[in-house]
Amino acid sequence: MSPSFVKGMKCRLCGKLYPVSPVNFCQDDFGPLEIDYDYESLKGVLTKEKIEARQFNMWRYQELLPLDNEPTVGLYVGGTPLIRADRLAKAIGVKNLWVKNDAVNFPTLSFKDRVVAVALSKAKEFGLQTVGCASTGNLANSVAANAATAGLKSFIFIPSDLEKAKVLSTSVYGATVIKVRGTYDEVNRLCTQVAFKFGWGFVNINLRPFYAEGSKSMGYEIAEQLGWRTPQHVVSPMAGGALVGKVSKAFQEFYKIGLLSQEPSTKFYGAQAAGCNPISGAVKNGLESHRPVRKPNTICKSLAIGDPADGFFAAKLIRDSGGWAEDVSDDEIRDGMLLLAQTEGVFAETAGGVTVAVAKKLVQQGRIPINEEIVLCITGNGLKTPDALTERLGEPATIGTSLDEFISVMENTREPVLV
Amino acid sequence: MPVKVQIPTPLRPHSENLAIVEVQANTVGEALASLCKLHPAMEQRLFDNGQLRRFVNIFINDEDIRYLDNLATPVKDGDDVAIIPAVAGG
Repeated sequence: MSPSFVKGMKCRLCGKLYPVSPVNFCQDDFGPLEIDYDYESLKGVLTKEKIEARQFNMWRYQELLPLDNEPTVGLYVGGTPLIRADRLAKAIGVKNLWVKNDAVNFPTLSFKDRVVAVALSKAKEFGLQTVGCASTGNLANSVAANAATAGLKSFIFIPSDLEKAKVLSTSVYGATVIKVRGTYDEVNRLCTQVAFKFGWGFVNINLRPFYAEGSKSMGYEIAEQLGWRTPQHVVSPMAGGALVGKVSKAFQEFYKIGLLSQEPSTKFYGAQAAGCNPISGAVKNGLESHRPVRKPNTICKSLAIGDPADGFFAAKLIRDSGGWAEDVSDDEIRDGMLLLAQTEGVFAETAGGVTVAVAKKLVQQGRIPINEEIVLCITGNGLKTPDALTERLGEPATIGTSLDEFISVMENTREPVLV
Repeated sequence: MPVKVQIPTPLRPHSENLAIVEVQANTVGEALASLCKLHPAMEQRLFDNGQLRRFVNIFINDEDIRYLDNLATPVKDGDDVAIIPAVAGG
């Protein structure tokens, strides 16, 4: 095992240092704790050659992830395709577009497998036996599946109105699923109280500093897949708001340890649903921090966090990078899902529809230039949220077994039209 | 009005290890002020220049005070005021 390069944890507000432990906030000011690494020592140690010789999954960057030992959970997570999306590019009017497709992440088809792999490996290092999470669905799936392989008990708390497919694909792994009559933020508050009371490892509460680091692997992969360089623009969905920051941190870390020849100057764009837009609202209205949304109302339940923990940091990063944020209606979300599926063969969940629709909107607004390099982060799979499109797609034609019936259907069928 | 302020585990070193502190108050702000008077080390952890810190959330009977009247939210006899760290979820 290579040595750990983690120095400790640091408060993002006051900079106070803490030893590594399952704690997520500063005892002085409640600021979030973040993992601090010894980047100097990583220079020349974690090289492109070393990384390229390893298996193509998130652990090829393990020196930049906060474990003391080899990972024990989620060994095959990551290594998802970066798709050159020429047909989608043409449809939204840009020249150079890629889709980072975490809709096919293993094992539970969303980017949450990355964060859970780190959180549960760390939970085992801490000797925790029971883990849990507050989730809008994707995280629920991933904690349940990965806890099952790790032999950990799991308690999963979800808002009671979650999509059926996401509930079933959590229960199947033997997790204890608790449906809470309330919004995600209310579930989250309850879980914070449960975490304090029972001392369990909640991946997005007391294990959050480790958990959040897993998202960086999406950024490392994007940079490596582009040929060890960073794109000019990244569009990412925002729920809790951590992903944009972690992709940015990944790019900066690669530069710090000498894996990129040019300092990253990527502009970051955040995508939300109009029915739950605390962060894009803050960016568009020039607010320093978000105003919480009490009752989110959108088909995109995976992004329905009204009071995002990283809202302040996400809005700041977006502004400082020179990017922007937007939000889109439910109809635009459905259009986005269909456009991605019908141009690139990628069936993303509603959050993917949000990302595509926001990218299109930002191009139309002239916020994203048409001739520069753009990467869209697709974070979850459409098979988890099929209901969003049931009405839009309607039922296919049903015929008997005679050729004549098919011919009559054919004559009434129009060519599918794009966009 | 007597109200109960719930202290989260990490703040209990500053409340003589009490999980619940009973105070007299008419608003959430007064309840927290009374708490800080009884346990002065709480003050700088909860407030920054008189403002509630960004990553501290206060709930009254499980409702976030930002959806009510913030620190001016009135309290009734027996209400539960909970201090909850905000850095969670997502």
